[in-house]
Amino acid sequence: MNFLQVLGHTTLKSLAKLGRASLFFYSIMTVLPYVFMRPKLLIKQIFSVGVLSFWLIIISGLFVGMVIGLQGVYTLSTYGAEASLGIMVAASLVRELGPVVSALLFAGRAGSALTAEIGLMKTTEQLSGMEMMAIDPIKYIIAPRFLAGFISLPLLALLFSSLGILGGHITGVELLHVDAGSYWTQMQSAIDFYDDIVNGIIKSIIFAWIISWIALFEGYDALPTSAGISRATTRTVVNSAFAILFFDLLLTAIMFGST
Amino acid sequence: MISIRNLTFSRGERKIFDNISLDIMPHKITAIMGPSGAGKTTLLKLIGGQLSPDSGVIMVDGKNIHQLSRPQLYTLRKKMGMLFQSGALLSDMSVFDNIAFPIREHTQLPESLIRTVVLLKLNAVGLRGARDLMPSELSGGMARRVAMARAIALDPEMIMYDEPFTGQDPISLGVLVSLIATLNKTLHLTSIIVSHDVQETASIADYIYVLSHGKIAGQGTPKELADSDSEWVQQFMHGKADGPVPFHYPSDSLTADLFTY
Ligand SMILES: Nc1ncnc2c1ncn2[C@@H]1O[C@H](COP(=O)(O)OP(=O)(O)O)[C@@H](O)[C@H]1O
Ligand SMILES: [Mg+2]
Repeated sequence: MNFLQVLGHTTLKSLAKLGRASLFFYSIMTVLPYVFMRPKLLIKQIFSVGVLSFWLIIISGLFVGMVIGLQGVYTLSTYGAEASLGIMVAASLVRELGPVVSALLFAGRAGSALTAEIGLMKTTEQLSGMEMMAIDPIKYIIAPRFLAGFISLPLLALLFSSLGILGGHITGVELLHVDAGSYWTQMQSAIDFYDDIVNGIIKSIIFAWIISWIALFEGYDALPTSAGISRATTRTVVNSAFAILFFDLLLTAIMFGST
Repeated sequence: MISIRNLTFSRGERKIFDNISLDIMPHKITAIMGPSGAGKTTLLKLIGGQLSPDSGVIMVDGKNIHQLSRPQLYTLRKKMGMLFQSGALLSDMSVFDNIAFPIREHTQLPESLIRTVVLLKLNAVGLRGARDLMPSELSGGMARRVAMARAIALDPEMIMYDEPFTGQDPISLGVLVSLIATLNKTLHLTSIIVSHDVQETASIADYIYVLSHGKIAGQGTPKELADSDSEWVQQFMHGKADGPVPFHYPSDSLTADLFTY
């Protein structure tokens, strides 16, 4: 009986939160046109959200690529197939690791910072203050940040994949002497623009939507205390990670399952 | 200017307001006092239409604030200035831009005119020289004065102060007290002060309501309240440690506690 009560209570609370999150999302959508009319606000946010994760993405991309280069050569050489290293590096980066790892890093770096920023604005009554000045904080604060995440993450994911391919070249070609010509030509012939690159971009757009939504909502919905903000920040990172992994499985099944 | 009738509002299980009614007179300073957690901030948010009552009516300027559409509510809010407890200045803008912000958003004034308005508002609170500072560089008292300048930026008809005196040093305190009184008089504002600082508030208020446990425990001019025959109001107004609100959190007697294991 007690167990059922707890279960019911938790379910109701989660549903209520999902409802609030949906309303929040809806109100962002209704003010998006306004953001395009204020490009200055948007550019400022793209800059700050993008820059937060820029070096993290560059360095991670390079290292992940270098590791795949090493592992790839070790595995492929067993079958005498080192020449296909380029395909392995590019396919795993563009299809999976680029979108997923950059999304996870973005959630940890920019997502948590967004939650903390909005939560702090709520705690210091900046959001209420705006409302009392008859200025809608969703329009002025939330929507530009939402759109900025949407634009930055796909670009960051492309950056991640490009540096990863470079990293693979460094370890595979420079260090372990895979033939440079076959690294690049095999990659070019096997990677399809639509099937691989566009699908990868679609993935990161969806991840960007999830992370921005979760991060901004958690900040906006946080209890206005320091404990409330820290819990909200943690929830952003954990929930984004689960959501990214779940949607990645779903999207991969849809995009690549039929081939 | 504002009339509240039979207002009831709850947070979770707890009734913050239990069927209270009060009036705010135009062009006067009305104080709403009560201990921390009595719901003072909540009352201001109800008046500003940020929260909705469970039941009861709040009329502001002849309009039932909770039946307005969003655009109507926003129009009405331009007539209300509000000073938040924390100042609520936007942390990524300078003092000047904080005050210019509502003017830029709500009017089409050219930038040269905005500059004049902002400097005049800053001058009114004595901080014209601080225009280029960032909010993080301001002392608590200065931040509140900047917030006051911002609250009067759109020339409102009324202004609400949330605990303007809390945590101020004696000099800032004196400045804020006289500033609130001066602004009220020179700008013909209707002022509402929410506070638990009895002395300062009583020195400038025309009328005081004292809140306790969701009810109005006392009301009147400062003088009437000081002579009130309610013991609770006496304890609150004179800051006595013990009275109807006991000094001790409910417990067993000390002897029982100390000598039983
Ligand atoms: N956002 C909120 N969610 C839940 N409870 C709240 C919230 N804001 C305030 N409360 C509770 O409402 C009560 C009144 O708060 P408040 O109006 O801030 O009191 P005061 O300003 O008189 O100190 C307090 O018990 C407080 O804990
Ligand atoms: Mg308060």
